[in-house]
Amino acid sequence: MTDSALRELADDPSSRKRFFKMLGGAGAVSAATVFLAACGGDDDEAASDSPPPASAVDNNKSDLEILNYALTLEFLEADFYAQVIDSGMVKDPKVVTIAKKFGSTEQEHVDALTATIKKLGGKPVAAPKSNFGPTFDKGLMATLEAAADVENLGAAAYLGQAGSIKNKEVLAAALAIHTVEARHAAALNELVGRGFGGGGGLKGSLPDGPFAKPMDMKAVLAAVKPFLA
Amino acid sequence: MASSRLVAPELAAIKIHGMTRESFLLRSTLAGAAAYGTLSATGLVTRALADSGGGDVDILNFALTLEFLEAEFYTLAADQVKGLSDDETKLTEKLRDDEKAHVDALTATIKDLGGKPVAKPEFDFGGAFGSRASYLKTSNTLEDTGVSAYNGAAPAIESTEVLAAAGSIVQIEARHAALIRLVRNKPPAPSAFDKASEMEAVLAAVKPFIKA
Repeated sequence: MTDSALRELADDPSSRKRFFKMLGGAGAVSAATVFLAACGGDDDEAASDSPPPASAVDNNKSDLEILNYALTLEFLEADFYAQVIDSGMVKDPKVVTIAKKFGSTEQEHVDALTATIKKLGGKPVAAPKSNFGPTFDKGLMATLEAAADVENLGAAAYLGQAGSIKNKEVLAAALAIHTVEARHAAALNELVGRGFGGGGGLKGSLPDGPFAKPMDMKAVLAAVKPFLA
Repeated sequence: MASSRLVAPELAAIKIHGMTRESFLLRSTLAGAAAYGTLSATGLVTRALADSGGGDVDILNFALTLEFLEAEFYTLAADQVKGLSDDETKLTEKLRDDEKAHVDALTATIKDLGGKPVAKPEFDFGGAFGSRASYLKTSNTLEDTGVSAYNGAAPAIESTEVLAAAGSIVQIEARHAALIRLVRNKPPAPSAFDKASEMEAVLAAVKPFIKA
């Protein structure tokens, strides 16, 4: 199935416009914060155009913190695919197509998150220094498995933050990315032949069964640490 | 509301990081949002308000209707569609079981919130099971529609626990969509950002399958 299945991955309707439309176009985020300020009143954090002071965050993460955390993961993913392609280790044109397509999608996530952080008055984090060499050294399958791991982590990471996001427009944006990470994860699980939980011959997988599991920031950052320089 | 733990054990085990109900703005804003109509005339928040009437139970019942549809779709498909490969049959059964689990979880959650779960509608899938291709195509449509429906409705959810449940389900719908798309030789993730559909659009998309 995989061979023919992955042929059409190049299909790429531009979705950036839709993303920004979803955010309500230019100025929508600030309009939303006006709305939230008018209605919520007592939460200065979500109504502010600048990052909240640490004391206002309490034990909760601010939207900007969450967005920068997501941006860090997206940087890592985009860099991973770019380096996989550059390394030349992938010979199968179908797999090259996937890596390029997924990589360009992650770059779109980077761009969108960066723009959103700026729009909210925040400062986007710098790209982390990655270290994928040891993974690449283990060969193509290990590399693709790492890609699947990272995508599954990404999906779990977004799911883990959904309840903490205060701005509804930001939540909508995070959800729109969350399910794309999940699609990537499922496709890569399929590519590396991971079975369903019960085992058996079926390729592809839904590793979490009928309900996906979230991961918190600490667990995700620990899991991606081996990929950081 | 929603202060009790969710009934469905799988969902009760799911905790979203940093959950602080008091700081979850929409809880307090949704109820009075109509008064701020002019200020809220932007994007998803307004749409979700218009669509849902503001209650988590309404959103959950909307989701339940879609899950009923998907569960019945795969139940019938597993019986009726000819010419599926072994993998495709196993995938169909897996999807059926997942959607049934979603039905059960949503039903339990609605009851837990003190709501009344909608009855299962009567469905008519027309010629969808007449061939492998038409089955897979319809499945593709339903799964992508499911993803966009959850993504569209989720920002209006008031309870962080219900949001956690919806998020954990929509991620699985997205995985379903990707796998069915691969079977169909379609890109698993055609866009960098998944669509968020209004309830109205979703209902229009599934209406052909609902008899009563």
